[in-house]
Amino acid sequence: MSSVLILGATSGMARAVAAEFAAHGYDLVLVGRNRQELDALAADLAVRYQVRTDVHLLDVLNFDDHERVLGACLTAAGDALAGALLFFGYLGDQALAERDFGEARRIIDTNFTACVSVLNILAGHFQARRSGFICAVSSVAGDRGRQSNYIYGAAKGGLSIYLQGLRNRLHRSNVRVITVKPGFVDTPMTYGRQGMFLVASPKAVARGIYRAVEKGTDVAYLPWFWRPIMFVIRSVPEPVFKRLRL
Amino acid sequence: MTVEPFVTQDLAGWGRFPVERCHLFRPERRDAVPAILASGGQPSYVARGLGRSYGDAALNAGAGVIGYERLNRFIAFDPESGVLECEAGASLAEIIQHFLPRGYFLPVTPGTKFVTVGGAIAADVHGKNHHRDGTIARFVQEFTLLTPGGEVLTCSPDRNEDVFWATAGGMGLTGVILTAKVRLRPVETAYVLVDYQKARNLEEALGLFAESDEQYQYSVAWIDCLARGAAMGRAVLMRGNHAPAAALPRGVRDPLALPGKGWRAVPVELPSGLLNRFTVGAFNAVYYGRHRDVRGEVVDLETFFYPLDSVHHWNRMYGRRGFVQYQVALPPAAGPRGLAELLRRLAGSRRASFLAVLKRFGPANPGLLSFPMEGYTLALDLPVGPGLVPFLHELDRVVLEHGGRVYLAKDAVLTPETFAAMYPNLERFREIKRRLDPQGLLSSSMARRLGMVAGEGVPSGAAGARREA
Repeated sequence: MSSVLILGATSGMARAVAAEFAAHGYDLVLVGRNRQELDALAADLAVRYQVRTDVHLLDVLNFDDHERVLGACLTAAGDALAGALLFFGYLGDQALAERDFGEARRIIDTNFTACVSVLNILAGHFQARRSGFICAVSSVAGDRGRQSNYIYGAAKGGLSIYLQGLRNRLHRSNVRVITVKPGFVDTPMTYGRQGMFLVASPKAVARGIYRAVEKGTDVAYLPWFWRPIMFVIRSVPEPVFKRLRL
Repeated sequence: MTVEPFVTQDLAGWGRFPVERCHLFRPERRDAVPAILASGGQPSYVARGLGRSYGDAALNAGAGVIGYERLNRFIAFDPESGVLECEAGASLAEIIQHFLPRGYFLPVTPGTKFVTVGGAIAADVHGKNHHRDGTIARFVQEFTLLTPGGEVLTCSPDRNEDVFWATAGGMGLTGVILTAKVRLRPVETAYVLVDYQKARNLEEALGLFAESDEQYQYSVAWIDCLARGAAMGRAVLMRGNHAPAAALPRGVRDPLALPGKGWRAVPVELPSGLLNRFTVGAFNAVYYGRHRDVRGEVVDLETFFYPLDSVHHWNRMYGRRGFVQYQVALPPAAGPRGLAELLRRLAGSRRASFLAVLKRFGPANPGLLSFPMEGYTLALDLPVGPGLVPFLHELDRVVLEHGGRVYLAKDAVLTPETFAAMYPNLERFREIKRRLDPQGLLSSSMARRLGMVAGEGVPSGAAGARREA
């Protein structure tokens, strides 16, 4: 049976994606930092879909642990591992991050630096095997900087560019790299926040991610309508854009 | 401790009446629930599952509602005993989806599968097998209840049994159910063998129930509540048993698979008043006229138990004003007279109930506010319109005179006096509620409307006196 590795598995979106892969018969290797939550998720998926689940603990901000924990995951999963999906992220508080570099660094380290470290390891693994996929969740916020979330956006934008390069590097090795750019998704990251619109259900986004992985889509906007929306937003000339309140 | 976010929004039950502004929390994890209760951010809280109770049971105007949408994890399953342990927000629909293919079905199911396990316990739901199997409580091995004091109690019929029987049917007021262990029913197939039988009037329908209900695990009757005179209460009885694998026709490849029917939706709100006595009368005449007595028809579980679930948002048929489902239970001796009186008043009122269902109930359980009592139950769907509330109060009096009661999971209009008179164990319920929740942290719009919690609504003494009178 094939398996997938899911990092940041207890996030709202990852939970739905894990269920989607389990529903298609994949065993799951789940990585996160909260043991209790991981166990609850693993038990749910095992009972619901009768798949095998394996749980590993990792706080992605402890960079020194990446090699060891991912090494253990990859060894345990063995040749059955079809690919990896990266979901961890931190929206943070933009206003705080403007004053407090600690918050800014936490946003950047979670959404960018930790991703680079983790993806470097995974890229090496799949490149050597000459098969597999790497799917990482970036954000439409990374497509253009705006005052309300540009530190988060900068980190996600950096991740999107890293993934472009990685895709280019791994293309010849038959490893697909999928960049997912979701709009607002109905998860704890958005629930109860002001200014949310066109909010998609985690289940709908999870289906989209599964399809993107299956088809090997390079860049998937989810739901699809964010692609034209972001096209328009990227097209606004900077002299105009800088005057907008976004 | 992080502050749990909430969204302020207008909520309603399935009847879309009443609509109230509530503060809706949506915890993702069980351990967030105690944090919400302890935060002191809202005057009170009530848990809400999928919002299929009809009235104001899962509303809390101006206060906290804890949405269970994301607390739906399965925890463990034992194929030997068929016991499923899950979080209280797991829906009956997902239990069927994942366990019917493995040969298990719900032990008791209401007329929709879009309810949560926690909601089913809080309303102590019954199904078409009540005459044989009782309510869901009989199949709940245990549940864990977070009390307003922050304690987690494991409750079963042998452990904290007073809390168990106050919570089963207790409409979420004794605590917040976190997890439950439910014993599923092994089945050979996803089908029921159904006998359809027409009854020319109420008396004949009740006669058939008495004569042959014990042969069937499931029994229910559709009733034409617009028929008058000698045809009053004419009905089609639909009774059946789980189909053994050998009974299925050859064409069925997988006996445990449901034939995917797909679904339709009522896309927009239809005009209020569309379902009136003319349209319903025409429908009833056709429906009754078309039916023939049939024995042993093979019907899949979905069609048999959830005919309306395949039409999403069917409540929109009643338009903006919404509707009230009125369900009553009546004891065996006075029941037939009570039913006849209710049907007479309904026909006389020129109101039309699109859906009218009659069934025989088996013995009651010890649930302090559990609805079913030995005898009969009648359920009506009535569009909200001018004069509906006084009319329902008139029916309430008929029900009370015949020793019956109204189902809280469907109710939106009962008065505190009538409620107290219908539920003689209310005082005992209040004692347990006071012990578990001295601060009144758990409340709901229904609880306040009905004075379910002492100190709200009318004092219990007055209600008791009313009952004697």
